[in-house]
Amino acid sequence: MIEAHGLTKRYGAKTAVYNLSFQVRPGSVTGFLGPNGSGKSTTMRMILGLDAPSAGQVTIGGRTFRQLPNAARQVGALLDAKSIHGGRNARNHLLTLAQLAGIPSRRVDEVLGVVGLQDVGRKRSGGFSLGMGQRLGIAAALLGDPHVLLFDEPVNGLDPEGILWVRNLMKKLAAEGRTVFVSSHLMSEMAQTADHLIVIGRGQLMADTSVSEFISQNSVDFARVRTPEGDQQQREKLVSTLGEAGALVESEEDGALKVSRLPLPRISDLAHAADVRLWELSPHQASLEEAYMRLTQGAVDYRSTEDQRSGLQQVAQPAPGYAQQGGMPYGNGALPPGQQPMGAPYGHAGAPPQQPYAGASGWQGYYPPQGQQPAPPQTAPSAPTNPEDHR
Amino acid sequence: MSTPQQYQPGAPVQDSSQGPGFPVGQQSGPPGGAPAPGAQVAGYTSPIPVKKTHLGHSLLSEWTKIRTVRSTMWTLAVMFLLVVGIGLLTAMALGSSDGGTTPVLAGGQFGLLLGQICVITLGVLVISSEYGTGMIRTTLAASSSRGRMLLAKSLVFFFVAFVTTTLASTLTAMIQSSMVGGQQVDPASLPEDRQDSVENGKLIATSDEWLDATVGAGLYVALIGLLALAIGAMLRHSAGAITTMLGVILVPPIAGSIMLGTGLKDTAEALLEYSPMNGLSTLFGTPMLPGDAALSGTGHLGLLAGVTVAALIGAYAMLTSRDV
Repeated sequence: MIEAHGLTKRYGAKTAVYNLSFQVRPGSVTGFLGPNGSGKSTTMRMILGLDAPSAGQVTIGGRTFRQLPNAARQVGALLDAKSIHGGRNARNHLLTLAQLAGIPSRRVDEVLGVVGLQDVGRKRSGGFSLGMGQRLGIAAALLGDPHVLLFDEPVNGLDPEGILWVRNLMKKLAAEGRTVFVSSHLMSEMAQTADHLIVIGRGQLMADTSVSEFISQNSVDFARVRTPEGDQQQREKLVSTLGEAGALVESEEDGALKVSRLPLPRISDLAHAADVRLWELSPHQASLEEAYMRLTQGAVDYRSTEDQRSGLQQVAQPAPGYAQQGGMPYGNGALPPGQQPMGAPYGHAGAPPQQPYAGASGWQGYYPPQGQQPAPPQTAPSAPTNPEDHR
Repeated sequence: MSTPQQYQPGAPVQDSSQGPGFPVGQQSGPPGGAPAPGAQVAGYTSPIPVKKTHLGHSLLSEWTKIRTVRSTMWTLAVMFLLVVGIGLLTAMALGSSDGGTTPVLAGGQFGLLLGQICVITLGVLVISSEYGTGMIRTTLAASSSRGRMLLAKSLVFFFVAFVTTTLASTLTAMIQSSMVGGQQVDPASLPEDRQDSVENGKLIATSDEWLDATVGAGLYVALIGLLALAIGAMLRHSAGAITTMLGVILVPPIAGSIMLGTGLKDTAEALLEYSPMNGLSTLFGTPMLPGDAALSGTGHLGLLAGVTVAALIGAYAMLTSRDV
């Protein structure tokens, strides 16, 4: 069991981890999620006593790491792969660690077999691929048969077979009653491996929940509804009708409507009653990845900005903090594949890229650039550009 | 969590009824901070008993580390070649010139002056290569006692450096003794305190000279290497630490020689007197400054040992306080 209480780490003026409190329980795989630079590795290093916390403390079975009598027999860790002297061969690398903890050398050959490196045990680890380095790191973690295991990005560089192996290994270790703490920046990976999730962003705790709960809370079903192109009245009518019926209606970049909280037949009935024709009514499910992105949106440190090539359009930034308030489903950079704004449906083959909503946070504080947009050659005013339409 | 008595061989213990042991529902997460039910399992305890580790484990591990990298073999082999090779060349040069009064074994020091750079390199690499490769995190994650790690590294390195350097300098001393010794010399040409270097009118090496030129030289170079290890632990950077050590070795005699002609004669003499190079020269009976030396060979060894221990204490203080 790993327990963190008010864990804080500052590097000069930068706070890498702030007031982090959580528990990692034995018997399950706990995923540690967060965008790059969110403080996952710093937290891992503090658990291992490599970095001293600026405030708070983290204990393993009630003791800090440095107080553990034979740390390698109690805690196994895979930090960044290749924390290895490349000139030493794999077997000798493990042998030095085994001797440090009083582990007999036959155990070294045993773990080399477990990770599938028995044939390259006599080869220098400097020539190892990233995946082989990961396997060697996992072997080092397993060496002491510890009851607590930490894996920092264990599937990095592994082939699909290796990823599957790591997944099963972690589940097996947890089923034996061990505490397994795995960091990753891939929600999809964690969804398949972890039982419990601890999500951090900018060094702060954002969620501490079971995976199933996270899914039920965060992956919202919705329907995509499209009204006839260019018929603004029909669209507005539908939006208000659905709104009255209790639906949450959001506008998408290509003019479609994203309707949640109402089942599909009901949407169809309401549209029929309001005498609105529908061009599209399709069911969709937000993926876990999207839910994770939504959760950590405000906490991403390194984010690529869209190349607008226009400098004239004012883009409203999402409010700092957790972007969970209401909508902003696909804010900056969080567009899932296939939902990129495209001009194609409108047939403006030669039209300049028209992305009035790209990068903006939906209806929130977005003001359309009046008169700055080149008029499409056809009569259809294309996507609605009036903020009021989007409700 | 995991108490040793709980272990039941084979089967993992799945006990979902064990509620009270866990403080459930204490999460402090803002969104979705609900506690996870289920997942309540008695902890795992390894069937193999956990032994308490001690310095012996660290020594064994460090010994494996130092013998399983190529840099150890290379630096020590080059050191051996330099010491013995230059010793042989010096002996050939000195042996052909007749009537010298320099101590018989003095020719061994020139190889050691160069050879100590190899030992410095190895001393630095023993610790800085761990920082350079990231191995230090693996090491410290396997054994959390940093002081023990530094002590084990120091002892293992010192032992290796001392044994190899003493072997090389002993071999060189034997070469010097056989090729340079035995020359005819007039006892009157030697100062009072070196009269025992003459036996039957021939120049020989006394037992003190033998001791200083073999074990003394080995100790001196091994201590220089240990100082390099301490510097490496402080700087955590191979090139920086090696450069620093070269500065420690080379700057005092060079600066001292330059300053001798200026008004700073006292400073210059102090620089020359207490420079590590002079320590080695004094051990071979040829101190840099003529006249009465302030420190004997043993005195130089003591001075260097003091400096090295101080540097190791500083390295320990930095090692325990810094993040890895």
